[in-house]
Amino acid sequence: MSKKPTLDSKIPEGHISEKWSSHKFNMKLVNPANKRKHKVIVVGTGLAGGSAAASLGELGYQVQSFCIQDSPRRAHSVAAQGGINAAKNYQNDGDSVYRLFYDTVKGGDFRAREANVHRLAEVSTNIIDQCVAQGVPFAREYGGTLANRSFGGAQVSRTFYARGQTGQQLLLGAYGSLMRQVDEGNVEMFSRREMLDLVIVNGKARGIICRNLVTGEIEKYAADAVLLCTGGYSTVFYLSTNAVNCNPTAAWRCYKRGAAFANPCYTQIHPTCIPRFGETQSKLTLMSESLRNDGRVWVPKRKGDDRKPEDIPEAERDYYLETKYPAFGNLVPRDIASRNAKEVCDEGRGVGPTGYAVYLDFGDAIQRLGKDVISQRYGNLFAMYHEITGDDPYETPMMIYPAPHYTMGGLWVDYNLMTTIDGLFALGEANFSDHGANRLGASALMQGLADGYFVIPYTLGNYLATEKPEEVTTEAPEFDEVAKEVQEGIEKLMSIKGSTTADEIHRKLGNIMIDEVGMSRSEEGLKKALEEIPKIREQFFKDLCIPGDTKDYNKELEKAGRVMDFLDLGELMARDALERPESCGGHFRVESQDEEGEAKRDDENLCHVAAWWFQGEGNLPERLVEPLDYEYVKPSNRSYK
Amino acid sequence: MNVNLKIWRQAGPDAPGKLVDYRVEDIDPSQSFLEMLDKLNETLVKKGQEPVAFESDCREGICGNCGLVINGIAHGSKGGCTTCEIRMRQYNDGDTITVEPFRAKAFPLIKDLVVNRSAFDRIMSKGGYVAVNAGSAQDANLQPIHKDKAEAAMDAAACIGCGACVAACPNASASLFVGAKISQFTWLPQGQVERGSRALKMVKQMDHEGFGDCSNHAECEAVCPKEISIANISRMRREFTKALFARS
Ligand SMILES: Cc1cc2nc3c(=O)[nH]c(=O)nc-3n(C[C@H](O)[C@H](O)[C@H](O)COP(=O)(O)OP(=O)(O)OC[C@H]3O[C@@H](n4cnc5c(N)ncnc54)[C@H](O)[C@@H]3O)c2cc1C
Ligand code: SF4
Ligand code: FES
Repeated sequence: MSKKPTLDSKIPEGHISEKWSSHKFNMKLVNPANKRKHKVIVVGTGLAGGSAAASLGELGYQVQSFCIQDSPRRAHSVAAQGGINAAKNYQNDGDSVYRLFYDTVKGGDFRAREANVHRLAEVSTNIIDQCVAQGVPFAREYGGTLANRSFGGAQVSRTFYARGQTGQQLLLGAYGSLMRQVDEGNVEMFSRREMLDLVIVNGKARGIICRNLVTGEIEKYAADAVLLCTGGYSTVFYLSTNAVNCNPTAAWRCYKRGAAFANPCYTQIHPTCIPRFGETQSKLTLMSESLRNDGRVWVPKRKGDDRKPEDIPEAERDYYLETKYPAFGNLVPRDIASRNAKEVCDEGRGVGPTGYAVYLDFGDAIQRLGKDVISQRYGNLFAMYHEITGDDPYETPMMIYPAPHYTMGGLWVDYNLMTTIDGLFALGEANFSDHGANRLGASALMQGLADGYFVIPYTLGNYLATEKPEEVTTEAPEFDEVAKEVQEGIEKLMSIKGSTTADEIHRKLGNIMIDEVGMSRSEEGLKKALEEIPKIREQFFKDLCIPGDTKDYNKELEKAGRVMDFLDLGELMARDALERPESCGGHFRVESQDEEGEAKRDDENLCHVAAWWFQGEGNLPERLVEPLDYEYVKPSNRSYK
Repeated sequence: MNVNLKIWRQAGPDAPGKLVDYRVEDIDPSQSFLEMLDKLNETLVKKGQEPVAFESDCREGICGNCGLVINGIAHGSKGGCTTCEIRMRQYNDGDTITVEPFRAKAFPLIKDLVVNRSAFDRIMSKGGYVAVNAGSAQDANLQPIHKDKAEAAMDAAACIGCGACVAACPNASASLFVGAKISQFTWLPQGQVERGSRALKMVKQMDHEGFGDCSNHAECEAVCPKEISIANISRMRREFTKALFARS
């Protein structure tokens, strides 16, 4: 067992606005000639991993980059639609680094680390410069300057976007830079590889074990540091807005090697998704949140009112967000919008075939602005909705319902993005650092690129210059040991030879997770989840079936390994939620609400990060705590009324 | 609804392949085409048989991972969408549907419906970017870009790298894919320095990978899920010729 982590956040001294610049100056540098001698493994090629691998290659490190897909350009980041925030204040509407910092801390419901958030806001402006220089075709005004929009409840327009394909365009920018480094020989690309374990030598992360997803070969890779940029874990719910191959396996296997996992219960359920239609669905489709700028959310006032929406008169509609939150209306933060949708549906006022949907109505906006303007703004989204559901949103209101979307929890990292394992760093959605208990819209892309382009190039250099890692190759006995364990794990799954598919188990888990560890959580429900999940796990190990061979392209084997980890992680999420008897951000405990049903935090007892430390198979993990101090933004009630 | 399928099965690159008949019953018309295949696979797996290997990830038409030739047409007959965006309501009860991989010499087959499209990455590595290191950029608004030009760049940049254009082309040419990337940067002030070398290097790599020449069939444009225009191919040719002359 590794040494018990101290959760030292390593926040630099000084005023919040000077911490990062003074830290940058104080950190040690790797001499340019020596960079070439350092090997770095970067797992993941999304915005975080793509930008990190490219930037480190540019600096002259020898980088090895890994991804599951056939090409780095397909990482899940490609699917982000809405936009990316930056405190440019190009609109002259009162934005500033400090305001973005403030909004993010407040939006995160006072559960994020102030120093990290401020750094994020600071470097946000560099990101836009960098991406424009790469040729990212952001939307522009007629005068040729960059266009912005207000997004996800922000009161300033600080979101940059490229039609509905911002993630794709940013990723192609990072991918281009990455491929340039491949061409220059600084980055070696390994696609169709799945990292299945971490190799630790003398207490430090020194390499990874991968499965080649085409040949099934177990491969070993050694380096001086390992960067995990493997994304989030929303797919634990089975149905989510994430790509179907998203999974937490890499992070989870690192957790089992001693990397503490922070705030697993902080998940974000996005309010504007196309409702579920049946049992056989493989994913849920997000409709960009920008729709809430012009669409009005409502349900019938009367329970069980099954008239067509156009037959329900104005007076019998409940625009519940506008009435309840007059200041923000339809633009309240995601968690609030989602929870309220669930509430009205639970009351029996939901619409659509399942009763689990609310209307998002563009009728007024079309009248006010004309169909052309609406089509210019949302044409693509309307077409997509029409295609999927068969309904035309120009004619009849859209139906939406919340869906799991993003995970704020992740591997615990210090200010330098290093986990509790020396030499193992986590970037992007895979870490827990910047969004607290709730992420603001358009801030994930910003964080991924901040970590990769502008933070890790400095902090990794400091680590390498300070630690001066000794030479280690895959010949070290630790590599064989871990590779053997991985191989045995695979054999074990193959040998079950039952009759239940990995997907069936996954769906079962997903149902429990969404019911008991979803938008609202109760002590009773969480305890139930903790009882049910082990039963599903038992079924998994007794009755799983994986046809085919290990030494071949074998999707069922891939899925099985991930589902095994989903089961463990799902259980930890429930445990973490149970041990946090307060409501904060995306984590709503029914026991902790005020008279009006609004979330109630418990700052006295729970203003901290909970990081779980693995204690071996079959043992309960230990809950470690990092206290959070709010020196600059004083915790207040997050009122959007 | 129920459908009959004829699916290309091939155990590996060197194994013989053939179309195999399957039937899938009880399909919800709201299901996507790939969810229908998931359903087929689930029944195969439960019988201990190997599922049909196919690829997908985002399942919303943006990652470019999915790609099947359906009834002879890359991404199916609907047009303007990817395989994963196809819904079963487009088909009739009892239809027979043929499903094959994206075939091209430069896309070697891996298994069943899965092919290797790494050739695209290698082409991109030869200039599908603006060479600018992190940290060396000027303020983003210092260089205004005409809205129409930014939009034209975005039209070209919308390519998802799926390879349908190659699969549809009688010559298996990658010209639409390469043309789109080269064009994107012709509209923007960024990357002008490398404009000529980009065209030369990317086109050279495309030839080297074994993609065929373009002889103006326009099949690529017809199947492209992002409706990338073949005007991009003409632009690529102009860029290439200009660069050749400038060099000599
Ligand atoms: C539909 C949708 C829309 C969104 N829209 C927005 C938006 O408008 N604005 C915004 O800010 N955010 C948005 N988000 C959130 C945002 O897209 C993600 O949080 C972000 O892109 C994550 O980036 P990442 O680099 O951390 O990880 P990812 O992009 O998820 O990349 C993960 C990488 O890790 C690799 N990987 C994973 N496991 C392994 C393994 N075991 N071995 C090898 N490789 C592995 C994968 O292959 C992939 O390359 C959206 C999310 C969704 C789902
Ligand atoms: S040009 Fe169209 S068909 Fe070809 S790869 Fe790009 S998106 Fe696919
Ligand atoms: S699965 Fe991503 S485009 Fe089809």
